[in-house]
Amino acid sequence: METEAAKMIGAGLAAIGVIGGGVGVGTVWGYYMSAVARNPSMEDKLRTPAFLGFALSEATSLFALVIALIILFT
Amino acid sequence: MAGESHGPMEQFIVKPLINLELAGADISYSNSALFMTFAVLATFALFWAGTRHRTMVPTRWQSVTEIMYEFVGGMVKDNVGLEGMRYFPFIFTLFMFILFGNFLGLLPYSFTFTSHIIVNACLALFIFIAVTVIGFARHGLHYFSLFCPPGTPLPVAFILVPIEVMSYFIRPVSLSLRLFANMLAGHVLLKVLAGFIISLGLMFGIVPFAAVFAVTLLEIMVAAIQAYVFALLTCIYLNDAINLH
Repeated sequence: METEAAKMIGAGLAAIGVIGGGVGVGTVWGYYMSAVARNPSMEDKLRTPAFLGFALSEATSLFALVIALIILFT
Repeated sequence: MAGESHGPMEQFIVKPLINLELAGADISYSNSALFMTFAVLATFALFWAGTRHRTMVPTRWQSVTEIMYEFVGGMVKDNVGLEGMRYFPFIFTLFMFILFGNFLGLLPYSFTFTSHIIVNACLALFIFIAVTVIGFARHGLHYFSLFCPPGTPLPVAFILVPIEVMSYFIRPVSLSLRLFANMLAGHVLLKVLAGFIISLGLMFGIVPFAAVFAVTLLEIMVAAIQAYVFALLTCIYLNDAINLH
């Protein structure tokens, strides 16, 4: 019973790492928006790097999520 | 489906449909393989219908196929350059396979094969090995300079090289894990929200129903974005291997 409770608490703690990914993804899209607002002609050129930054920063938060799932289901 | 548990993880169970065995290994035709077949057939049907009657002014089907072709073609050309167009058929196939896998998985009672890390790991490992082989074939031992960009001061190189080596070998892990975790999290979220509809009843069930509707729209977007990101990162890795720095 106590191991079960510890598992749940551990999974919850592991999921805190998702915060970082959230901040990162928000920053990427926020700066993309502000860059496009300043210079709309750059929109097409900036889209690929924006998606790349989004994918790379999202991956870090998904690592935390996967750790939480591994703790929960194994 | 009746009589089984309906937890949020139940949708990911691989069930063998036709039992096959080869030299002691279980190679059963499972529901995962069935949906891979569907994804290939759907891609084939779309492009067969789109290119059957080719006209100068494209019909609706033809313009869909043309848009997809030009989208992926433009991505390869922008990120890898003209030399990368040799690998365009592979990247296009990869993109369409993952795109249709994600989309077909969103249908109710269907199976998402991209939500199984082994499927993504196979794709990602293939890309990783192929990119490494291409890099060594084109540049020989010069390919090792990927880990240490020219002009790096020696003290910085001591820190930079281990980081670069680690980031190179983490590529297949992050590439497969990204698609896997996105699909898994989205589908679990959908099933958990759908469970609330029944338990809250007719009066208050409308709230989670609206949430399921919104999340489904989000998941359609995520399905397309993740297929795009997978193909885009493949292009970036190819670019590293073909145009060293």
